[in-house]
Amino acid sequence: MRPNIDVVIAGWGSYIPLYRVAVEEIAKMWGKSARHFKEELLIDEKAVAGQDEDVATIAVEAAKNALQRSGLAPTSLGAVFVGSESKPYAVKPTGTIVAEAIGATPRILAADMEFACKAGTETLQCCIGLVGSGMINYGMAIGADTAQGAPADSLEFSAGCGGTALIVGRKGYEKEPVATLEGSVSYVTDTPDFWRRPKREYPSHAEAFTGEPAYFAHVLSAGKILMEELSLKPSDFKYAVLHQPNGKFPIKAARMLGFNKEQVDSGLLVPYIGNLYAGSSVTGLSAVLDIAKPGDRIFMASFGSGAGSDAFSFVVNDGIDVKRDRSLTVRNYIKRKRNIDYAIYSKFRRKIVV
Amino acid sequence: MHIYNNTKEGKMMSVPRYWREMPERTRLEAAKCNGCGIILFPPRGKCMNCGSESFVQYALPRRGKLITFTIVRSPTKGFEKQVPYVLGMVELEDGTKITVPLTDVFPEDVSIGMNVEAVFRKVFEDGESGIIEYAIKFRPTL
Amino acid sequence: MIMRKVAVLSTGLTKVDKHWRKSLRELYGEAAKAAINQTKVPQLDALIIGNMCASDLSDQNNIGALLADYLGMTPSMAYRIEAACGSGGAAVLGAYTAVASGMYDFVMTGGVEKLTDGVGGNTTYSLGKAADAEFELFYGSSFVSLNAMIMNHYMHVYHTSREDFADLAVLMHKNGARNPYAQLPFPITRDTVMNSDMISDPISLYDCAPVGDGAAALLLCPLEDAPKYSDTFVEIVGIAGATDTINISSRTDLLTLNSTVVAADRAYKMAKLTPKDIDVAEIHDTFTITGALSVEDLGFCEKGKFHKMLANGAFEAGGIVAINPSGGLKSRGHPVGATGAYQVAEIAMQLCNKADKWQVPDAEVGLAQNIGGSGSCTYITILRRGR
Repeated sequence: MRPNIDVVIAGWGSYIPLYRVAVEEIAKMWGKSARHFKEELLIDEKAVAGQDEDVATIAVEAAKNALQRSGLAPTSLGAVFVGSESKPYAVKPTGTIVAEAIGATPRILAADMEFACKAGTETLQCCIGLVGSGMINYGMAIGADTAQGAPADSLEFSAGCGGTALIVGRKGYEKEPVATLEGSVSYVTDTPDFWRRPKREYPSHAEAFTGEPAYFAHVLSAGKILMEELSLKPSDFKYAVLHQPNGKFPIKAARMLGFNKEQVDSGLLVPYIGNLYAGSSVTGLSAVLDIAKPGDRIFMASFGSGAGSDAFSFVVNDGIDVKRDRSLTVRNYIKRKRNIDYAIYSKFRRKIVV
Repeated sequence: MHIYNNTKEGKMMSVPRYWREMPERTRLEAAKCNGCGIILFPPRGKCMNCGSESFVQYALPRRGKLITFTIVRSPTKGFEKQVPYVLGMVELEDGTKITVPLTDVFPEDVSIGMNVEAVFRKVFEDGESGIIEYAIKFRPTL
Repeated sequence: MIMRKVAVLSTGLTKVDKHWRKSLRELYGEAAKAAINQTKVPQLDALIIGNMCASDLSDQNNIGALLADYLGMTPSMAYRIEAACGSGGAAVLGAYTAVASGMYDFVMTGGVEKLTDGVGGNTTYSLGKAADAEFELFYGSSFVSLNAMIMNHYMHVYHTSREDFADLAVLMHKNGARNPYAQLPFPITRDTVMNSDMISDPISLYDCAPVGDGAAALLLCPLEDAPKYSDTFVEIVGIAGATDTINISSRTDLLTLNSTVVAADRAYKMAKLTPKDIDVAEIHDTFTITGALSVEDLGFCEKGKFHKMLANGAFEAGGIVAINPSGGLKSRGHPVGATGAYQVAEIAMQLCNKADKWQVPDAEVGLAQNIGGSGSCTYITILRRGR
């Protein structure tokens, strides 16, 4: 898919909370094997939101970082979308909280999107459409989550918190583009691998079914179709960023698509911060943009349960060198950390029921 | 049941009261006096320096130094689960002083003179049904 | 326009305590009857009463009318004055202007507070409303935490310690131990303070005035008529109020209570007196830090020198000025809306030689200083022994 008017990334920014819980802490609590998570799933620790953080606050900081990189006034934005599966209100858009906090209101489109972990690229596709149709000059796409894993469930080991904002602009109109979109593919089917019913605190999942029929089927299909339609081979790409529910899946899927480990490494963050759900692939992209050079081609494929994958190809432009240092990088946030134990983690994440 | 606030019902903060002051609390919007140029935060009806009634909107700087603080151990109603929490007075880069909560720092690591910067965070959740109240807090500068 | 001179004809106090069995109206009634029955005034023309928290804690507004009714004073004029914990001092100022203007002759004033009617954090929350609701209380700050920031700053600037502040609490209890109206009439040591729980660092439990109920009543009349109705009366020679910013971050100097400085200046000028002329003072020590700043800003010692002077005995009888012989807010207690009235009543008692075991010898001139909020307002009354 490609809009009539070419679109570019005009700015990017991320936010990861301060706190970390090591896999050993959770394993100790529930009598599980830390080794399985560390060595097989390649997760060492996960990022945990503080008591005063939620998807709105994470989105706002990511948004401010993206705006700072872009050099744009907040009122230049024509849309802001927040993709998440842990938004603060069931009914009341996080998008308006973000838009108001960054000073972008009132002439702006704002809404929340949900497609499990793919919501962050859902927002990106919408912005591409709005900018590419000429309806708006700039759109901000945010993917952020403060995902919850049920105590003792395997997902508790990986459910992390964080998010990223990408600002989409029009080629030509944006004077310092960071990267140009070559095209995208969205591939979805009704595959119930992971879900949460209303009023339930934690999601449910179909265990191993979330592998081949869900993650792999959709990511591989989207990726293959994208490369076919754009007449590209895996070796044309410098970087490959995939959705990271753990370290094992993206490395395996990348290999099956024809990418090597070097292409995947720079965007692989899950060992340090866990699975950011709707923030996962876009934060991987953000980490890659933090180090990419003009001319690099970047592959990104998200995955959302339910299920589907959005695959994208970007080529980096000169603007990246001007904008990169204007804000904190993903690595800056990863390095800023404070480990907490299971007790404090439970207090922060409200697992203590009174 | 949420542990962020002590009661299910919350204290039912007036929504208009939260909403009205959002520009000041969530974007640090102050008033600059057109008469004498001083910065007023919170804004006032008349300038306490020159009496002028004419002001222009002014965005406060986002960074400053911590000039004093306290560690609250006996909380205000509704803040029980946040104890101990830190409140501080920050002198911003332009000299304006504001009273704000600190975040992303354990109480024992707070010190007078530390560099701090503004971040958008939750202040309060009004029980399980009420609104969520956000404002600018300050954290150690990254 | 010529203002009449005003006298405090008589006073009545209740002990400060957790008065579970006495309601708001009963408590003030007790103090008011004590004051009224000491004199033979022909009528009571008005009631001007101070109170801060009744609306929140006892669901009671319209306290002026309530108490006028309870005292059989209807249809006399009545209203309540609210200035946070300065309500008592502000009410006395209101009553003073009522008499001085010539509009009313015999005016009941004072304050009453029922802090123990509050439950589950309501009392602390209600007290916190003295601050800026939108820009201080909103963040979970309270009366204690705002003053704690001031104390922390003082310690940083003047290189003092918690022990220095503890010494003020010790003196307050030493004085209050002799006062039958005091809520906490027992001596303490530095260790008591240092070992007490932190409320909001660096303020600990024993740096704070206790929570209690109480009422103080004063009967005012024109000075020229006072000798007809009482043998022991005092003259109000100086009285003033002043304000400062509501929120502490807007203060020009965080360590100066400018409302106290200005109100004191106005009151001293009106009385044609200076700090040196004051024999006894009842000052507003809600917290030990507030007490220290109050003494400095009333002109009794230089900024930053309070602790040194305290250690040298400057603030006990025989020193520069006897501070809080009643035990102050710390030991006598702080039923907030009534405190300012307690202070004026205590000074009146000192000047009339009625303070029994806590009497300061030869007290001729006394000063009462009552603060609202974290220094956003101050009401000062200077009294002289009646002729």
